[in-house]
Amino acid sequence: MRLYVDSTKCSGCNACRVACSLNLFSENNPKKSALVIEPHFPSPGVYTVKVCTQCGDCAAVCPTEAIKQDEQGAYYVDFAECNLCEACVPECPEGVMFVRAELANTAWKCDLCGDCVTVCGTSALWIAEKEPVAV
Amino acid sequence: MNGYGGKILRVNLSTGTLTKESTPADLARDFIGGRGFGIYFLLKEVPKGADPLGPENKLFISSGPISGMLIPGGGKCDWTTKAPLTGGYASASMGGHFTAEMKYAGLDSIILEGISPKPVYLFIDNDKVELRDASDLWGKNTFAVEKQFKQKLGEEYQIAVIGPGGENLVSYACINHDYGRQAGRGGVGAVMGSKKVKAIVIHGTKSVPVADVETYRKAGQALYKACKEAEAWKQWTSYGTTQVVSWCDEVGALPTRNFSAGTFEGAKTLSGPYMREHIVITDKGCFACPSPCGKYSRMKKYNSNVEGPEYETIGLCGSNLGIADIESVAQANLLCDDLGIDTISAGNAIGWAMECYQKGIFTKKDTDGLDLKFGNVDAVFTLIKKIARREGLGALLSEGVKRASKKVGKGSEKFAIHVKGMEQSGYATHNATAMLLAYMTCDVGAHHNRAWAITYDIQVGRELVTPEKVKRVIWLQNFRPMFDVIGGCRLQWVELDIDRDLYVPAMEAITGIHRTWEDLEKVGERIWNLTRLYWARENEDFGRTWDLPAPRFYEDPPKTGATKGQITSLETVNKLLDIYYEQRGWSLDGLPTAATIESLGLKAVVA
Repeated sequence: MRLYVDSTKCSGCNACRVACSLNLFSENNPKKSALVIEPHFPSPGVYTVKVCTQCGDCAAVCPTEAIKQDEQGAYYVDFAECNLCEACVPECPEGVMFVRAELANTAWKCDLCGDCVTVCGTSALWIAEKEPVAV
Repeated sequence: MNGYGGKILRVNLSTGTLTKESTPADLARDFIGGRGFGIYFLLKEVPKGADPLGPENKLFISSGPISGMLIPGGGKCDWTTKAPLTGGYASASMGGHFTAEMKYAGLDSIILEGISPKPVYLFIDNDKVELRDASDLWGKNTFAVEKQFKQKLGEEYQIAVIGPGGENLVSYACINHDYGRQAGRGGVGAVMGSKKVKAIVIHGTKSVPVADVETYRKAGQALYKACKEAEAWKQWTSYGTTQVVSWCDEVGALPTRNFSAGTFEGAKTLSGPYMREHIVITDKGCFACPSPCGKYSRMKKYNSNVEGPEYETIGLCGSNLGIADIESVAQANLLCDDLGIDTISAGNAIGWAMECYQKGIFTKKDTDGLDLKFGNVDAVFTLIKKIARREGLGALLSEGVKRASKKVGKGSEKFAIHVKGMEQSGYATHNATAMLLAYMTCDVGAHHNRAWAITYDIQVGRELVTPEKVKRVIWLQNFRPMFDVIGGCRLQWVELDIDRDLYVPAMEAITGIHRTWEDLEKVGERIWNLTRLYWARENEDFGRTWDLPAPRFYEDPPKTGATKGQITSLETVNKLLDIYYEQRGWSLDGLPTAATIESLGLKAVVA
């Protein structure tokens, strides 16, 4: 399973990012979320959303094996085992592997909790099998 | 303090002193936030008789406890000040992402006071706060300045910026944010301009403390589920406020040619579906909004983009000026936003000038050579620029229609469409008594958002004047502006019809304080009375006559359309006020009585 996004449906509201921080850290702070929304205004007037594809590249390079896989196949950071080395960050093809030492004492990423999908009003986000059937 | 940033930032522009105070717990308890904080500060801190554009006036920028939180539309920011447009109370509500960022920077309010000797911008990055030189930004339009900051600092920064309109002290200059959201009404942008503050740039990375995270998370999600499952979601989100264009046209409420009628022959090409099909490219939401009303449009004809136009701008810069081309309305919208002037007041003022021209009160000598006929798009564009620069006829119109018509005379006061000096927004009220009363008694002047009662008129009978109808207006005035107090958007309740009680457990989990909507309405009533007392404090002759609508609505029935031949007589207007004052506990001249002040516990606040 992984998170998918249709950026054309995103209205840039950031509810997903607040929901994400509440689940990941039990904190109300979208700067500590695992999604990225890039606004492109005033022209061309679109949003680009980056989400984790659960490719596992981050886990492959983690020297402390802090990035683990759960039963649904989602890679998550075991906060207790992260040493903030940042090796994972440049490996992420989507730019959604985060280390911001001023904000958290651990790296973080999407653990596929689904709260972002729950609150997304425009249904820009959804969770499906990793290899989606063409629609 | 749970649900709050915790600090109030005070910026003395005269001395360059920056100080932070803890947000007082009793202020949060009694006035909650947003415009509640605003009116409290205004009464306490701005001396009686202060010049709105002088050093004694202040600009109070406030978030609320649901700003920046997982609550639908929790992104409303209140800008309170003494209004340059009216000389009374101004409270402009701005959507977007600014107020959320305030909370993440640990701020509940920012207070701008004094006047800077040179142009500056306020830079805030968490606890780092600086006044920085803005000499190179002064004179620039809003979009260019916002883009410059975003490119330099990154998209995480939020920007509020004035344009030439604010710099030039246009009475209805606005403050721009997020390429299309405004603190629009009353001239808040002129106050910022008078203080020589070009922009506020803010970034925060702090977590907002909450009382019970898990309950809040679930209660917040329940609100989103309710919005997404609402029957009206699709229609509302497809068109936003423009969904009412056709309806207003049908019922004769669409302002047409300076409110001389309420039905416009070109309404079809201004309608929500037409606009969506022809120019909208993106839905653009405010912070945490599951039902974004913002429509981002591309105008091929002008090779430009704009957020909007929303309903009010379509009404005032479209039908009210006799313009049926949606791309031209959108371009007028863009010009106003970029130059930093309110589309509602600007459209209304230009409509008044067009009627002056139509009636021969203005000739080309008065219009700087412009052929100011209704429908002349190029003349409208030129005039918008002239207003922002205060050039020629634009200088007169920049003062607003009340002052402009007083200067011009010749009967033009009769069709200056305002209440208390604020240009009426997008509903023609020839025969819609609840909406008319809502405009007459609105606490900033003729603005719709306190009590959007036009649908109620149609529902129960537009001519009807009953205590129940007046009661409905008062209830709306006490209830709806509470969203501007708690720092969120009212439209999920208004348009999606979600159960408002869903907010109660969410707000309780955030703040740790249980408040029902009845409790909040009581706060709303207190605030409403305080704003009224503020008007009276600042204007010696304040009273019933200030509540009268434009004479057009009681003397001058439309010659065409759904409301052809219909008006609300002056006798009925006064009857509406009689009932309203009685129900409010106000005197026959519309002032809160001593007993009312006492019963609302306001004696100490107004002492």
